[in-house]
Amino acid sequence: MDNIAGSKSSLTWAVHISVAFLVALWLFPTVGLFVSSFRTADQIATSGWWKSLFPSEQNLTIRSAAPDTQTQDGALYVIEGNLFDGDEAEITAWGISSRAISDYTPGETAELRKGGRVTVQANGDYRMENEEAFSGKRGTRIFVTATKPAEFTTQNYENMLLDPKNVDGMAKAFFNTLTVTIPATIIPIVVAAFAAYALAWMDFPGRALLIAIIVGLLVVPLQLALIPLLKLHLGIGIGKGYLGTWLAHTGFGLPLAIYLLRNYMVGLPRDIIENARVDGATEFQIFTKIILPLSFPALASFAIFQFLWTWNDLLVAKVFLIDSTGQTTVMTAQIVELLGTRGGNWEILATAAFVSIAVPLAVFFAMQKYLVRGLLAGSVK
Amino acid sequence: MHPAFLGLLTIAIGVGGCVAYYFFSNWVLDNVLFPAKGPQAGRNINRANLIRPWLFLFPAMIALGLYLAYPVIETLRLSLTDRDQDGAFVGLANYMQMFGEPKFWEAMRNNMLWLIVVPAMSTMFGLLVAQLTDRIKWGNIAKSLIFMPMAISFVGAAVIWKLIYDARPEGTEQIGVLNAIYVAFSGGAPQQWLTLPIWNNFFLMVVLIWIQTGFSMVILSAALRGIPEETIEAAIVDGANPIQIFFKIKVPQIKSTIMVVWTTITLVVLKVFDIVFAMTNGQWSTQVLANYMYTQLFVANDWGVGSASAMMIMLLVTPILVWNVRNARKEMR
Repeated sequence: MDNIAGSKSSLTWAVHISVAFLVALWLFPTVGLFVSSFRTADQIATSGWWKSLFPSEQNLTIRSAAPDTQTQDGALYVIEGNLFDGDEAEITAWGISSRAISDYTPGETAELRKGGRVTVQANGDYRMENEEAFSGKRGTRIFVTATKPAEFTTQNYENMLLDPKNVDGMAKAFFNTLTVTIPATIIPIVVAAFAAYALAWMDFPGRALLIAIIVGLLVVPLQLALIPLLKLHLGIGIGKGYLGTWLAHTGFGLPLAIYLLRNYMVGLPRDIIENARVDGATEFQIFTKIILPLSFPALASFAIFQFLWTWNDLLVAKVFLIDSTGQTTVMTAQIVELLGTRGGNWEILATAAFVSIAVPLAVFFAMQKYLVRGLLAGSVK
Repeated sequence: MHPAFLGLLTIAIGVGGCVAYYFFSNWVLDNVLFPAKGPQAGRNINRANLIRPWLFLFPAMIALGLYLAYPVIETLRLSLTDRDQDGAFVGLANYMQMFGEPKFWEAMRNNMLWLIVVPAMSTMFGLLVAQLTDRIKWGNIAKSLIFMPMAISFVGAAVIWKLIYDARPEGTEQIGVLNAIYVAFSGGAPQQWLTLPIWNNFFLMVVLIWIQTGFSMVILSAALRGIPEETIEAAIVDGANPIQIFFKIKVPQIKSTIMVVWTTITLVVLKVFDIVFAMTNGQWSTQVLANYMYTQLFVANDWGVGSASAMMIMLLVTPILVWNVRNARKEMR
């Protein structure tokens, strides 16, 4: 827009670079957790995730094959193999003592203390030779400094989702979250759609006041509702559970739903509705046959909001859903629990967090258009 | 019964019940109470149209009244009573007790810091990104990526950022990027960022700024596109440079949108609970009002003080509430 007058801005490159920098800055935290969730506990604990993307130099302790695999080559007993089991790696130095881990370069031969010699090649191939048979149960320790390519595993996800014996597992919490989310998204849409239609297209005394009240309720912090509603739920016998949670999410989501839908419905062309009225359609028919289909973008916007909000919610679930048995825990609550009990186990935390983040991210990228539209319509102007 | 079935059943009952309610109440109104035929057809249609809006509004009004309006009044009542004395009226005793607690003032101080820093930084970054991406081809991809944290839960974000702030003992390799950079450049010992008083508040705020920047960017980007081009052309003809155009032409024209963004983020800040709860739980002087309230209600089990602190949040929200309602009414006229 600034180039209208024909002066090509010399700042274009600066703009490209600063946007790239900002995007990188914003992506970096999420990518870090994502990458970490594909690393083993050892890898996470010993090196920063940003190093895992490139081949990295590591100090490793690897055992050779056990003596019972030795073969005879003429007069020599020989143990042969590859330190990395054939995986790609490049050794820069190696040793046979923990005090001198880089005494030898690849191709050199070291004398073993227990007798015999070992030769290690750059790719990890080794050959141990001895005039007498190798003894003992375990192989010899070899210390290598090697450059290994990036290495990732899906084991964390298998542990967290598929292992039924894992008490930290996320599978149950995942389904609990789903159970909370779907009714809590659909029910307010139905209730709000009718109310929004009445507020948009029916004339009655007190309409302006009602709209003002709804705008006011938009900002009421749900913190105020916790104790009164918990008392109410306990009083009428709903107690803590899914039903109360669905009702609470419905109540808390309604103001935004009504507000969004009403603003959208008001903008629908008056002619269509009046023609339908003249043709003898009842209000109910107008609503279901004309208004609802035309309002699809607004319905989708709100559905995404409510879905993200209920999926990501912690407070409502903690107050209205999760009882002392913990059978109904949702993913957010489970993650907070893990933060307390597994604070340093990043392979567990990262995977648990990503299991919970994955669905909203998928929804986000699939339906971003409606989310943006809803945001633009929903912020009170 | 498996909760998933219960869920499906609830959807069926909830949605089916709602639709059935609307359908039958309409049918009764049109065919039984005030049929649109016979000698009084005209009068009946008018009467039916007087009642119908309320039929459509009834479920929503019940839900809103029960789940939002009633709790405000009930919380006010609870804040003036004492649970241990069978709910006897104790006047402002709960508020006095709360004002006497250092943790409350710590929460107030931190909340004020949050209220200044988070909306300001989110709006600033949002405006910056909106302006920068406006002119480049891959701007939409860039915006989409910066917008992405909006979809991530506060709890998920807390885990993401805890990894960044992670500290390993001195001498071992740092896996938290902040300490990795800090140790590499300053050569000092790794820091426990979340336990450093005062500073740790800012480390928590960064999380919310990271999330909210996308929101402000989306709104402000739309506002920037809405600026009439003539004003900018005129400024270019008059020889204004890009910086002047941005601050003197564009920003003044989207001032009202900036206000909307600012107040919306302010509301989010006032209610921020998950981030603090998951990352520090208010330890090391990071308490905020919403978490203070949660602690009072569900850990200390003190409904009086808990409700009093909830009313404090309500009090802080009220100016925005009034402002919003007034704007909405102005717009409708």
